[in-house]
Amino acid sequence: MNQSAAIIEIRNLGYAIGGRPVFDGLDMDIPRGRITAIMGPSGTGKTTLLRLITGQVAADSGSLIVAGQDMNAVRRADLYALRRRMGMLFQNGALLTDFSVFENVAFPLREHTDLPERLIRQLVLTKLQAVGLRGAAELMPAELSGGMSRRVALARAIVMDPEILIYDEPFVGLDPISLGVILRLIRRLNDALGITSIVVSHDVQEISTVADLVFLLSGGKVVAHGTPPELKSYPSEAVRQFVGGLADGPVPFHFPAPDYFTELLARDENS
Amino acid sequence: MKLVRELWSSLTESLVALGSIARFLFRLLAQSPRALMRCDLIAQQIYNSGALSLVIIMLSGLFVGMVLGLQGFELLQRFGSEEALGTAATIGLVKELGPVVTALLFAGRAGTALASELGLMRATDQISAMEMMAVDPIRRIVVPRFLGGVIAMPLLAAIFSVIGIYGAQLVGVQIMGVDAGSFWSQMRSSVGLSDINEGIVKSCIFGVACSLIAVYEGYYATPTAEGVGRATTRTVVTSAVVVLFLDYLITAAFL
Repeated sequence: MNQSAAIIEIRNLGYAIGGRPVFDGLDMDIPRGRITAIMGPSGTGKTTLLRLITGQVAADSGSLIVAGQDMNAVRRADLYALRRRMGMLFQNGALLTDFSVFENVAFPLREHTDLPERLIRQLVLTKLQAVGLRGAAELMPAELSGGMSRRVALARAIVMDPEILIYDEPFVGLDPISLGVILRLIRRLNDALGITSIVVSHDVQEISTVADLVFLLSGGKVVAHGTPPELKSYPSEAVRQFVGGLADGPVPFHFPAPDYFTELLARDENS
Repeated sequence: MKLVRELWSSLTESLVALGSIARFLFRLLAQSPRALMRCDLIAQQIYNSGALSLVIIMLSGLFVGMVLGLQGFELLQRFGSEEALGTAATIGLVKELGPVVTALLFAGRAGTALASELGLMRATDQISAMEMMAVDPIRRIVVPRFLGGVIAMPLLAAIFSVIGIYGAQLVGVQIMGVDAGSFWSQMRSSVGLSDINEGIVKSCIFGVACSLIAVYEGYYATPTAEGVGRATTRTVVTSAVVVLFLDYLITAAFL
């Protein structure tokens, strides 16, 4: 990978929650201007990695550089300046429930700029048109379906023209039509706006259709990375289990337990 | 020995919580000057905490005043001094019942609304979304709610006391037959500015305490349905205890 093209550089990253290590020596380069997917089994720390990249939590060790900013030594003002260059789509949309769709998308503009109302209106309508929801501008979040909420949140995430757009599990709970819409939007926005997209997901099929590069996390490390076709033929049992959706493998089907027959017999004796 | 350990652990936990809430208060105060520039946000919160609590405050004030009128009349009649009913009811309302009952009602209506609203915003990632949009949630959503409560509380207490005095007059004068002139003139001559000041100081301090507890509990609520419920309950319980404790301290300080 071309190192100079990386917008996010992670080296030997360590992070633990409550003494339990989530990442232990994580290395990753996320290239600029492309769609990078971060995948892995549930509980492997995908969302935690996003929280580290966005500065919501700090790493315990190692280095994490986002758009030239060292996240281990970032000051609050610099962090907020960096976040203005980022957009994030939360799993549930995270729309402000007191505001209409229009006001949700206008929110970052009103908070960070002194643009005249006419220009704000034009910008908001342009972004809503891009996600196909210009007609829903006056609706309240409670009146939207899950897919529509995520599209509004996407419009809000791009309203400040970010350099990096982060999607946290964007496909969860969507019907096939909404899922297709979100997939197309991820590709179209990435290409049209020239932004860097990071998609956290465990939906192998969907990610394969949209990602340029995939990192597969397991056990606190990157166990594989490459293009989606490369990943499908990756010579690793862990990758084969995840990509093929196999019930048993390095991630066992059974939760650790005492021997089955011994336990059954022990119960018989007790009764 | 176990009891001592538990007591010590409980004491240290209380001190940590107190330190945490004090730090939170300093953060709110530090952000307040910038938040005050957004008058529209604060006005909206005064409406939410104050105007929407008006009906319950006025009704409660009326009934408390009416009870004071009845009880006061019954007591003063024994000494043949029922004309002092106006003074007794007004002192009781302005110095004690107005600020205290309003604070308890405020904690129950506006405080729980604040805590559950902030808790739900936390649970539905709205606060995280603001942070990701480089908008400080403390400045944008917490400080306006805190200041709205602080401003609304003394106004509500004043309205409570006024309606309460009217309720006492309604029962004492209109029903029990106390002379209206005596009721009002004795009240005006005996109730001084220091009495009103005590009520104002109390309601301002209660406003800070109740609003602080509500926004603190809501902002740091565990982001689950159970966590939001617990934060709401704690808001009412803690506010009630703190208000009654502070009431004693302030009353003692004014004596």
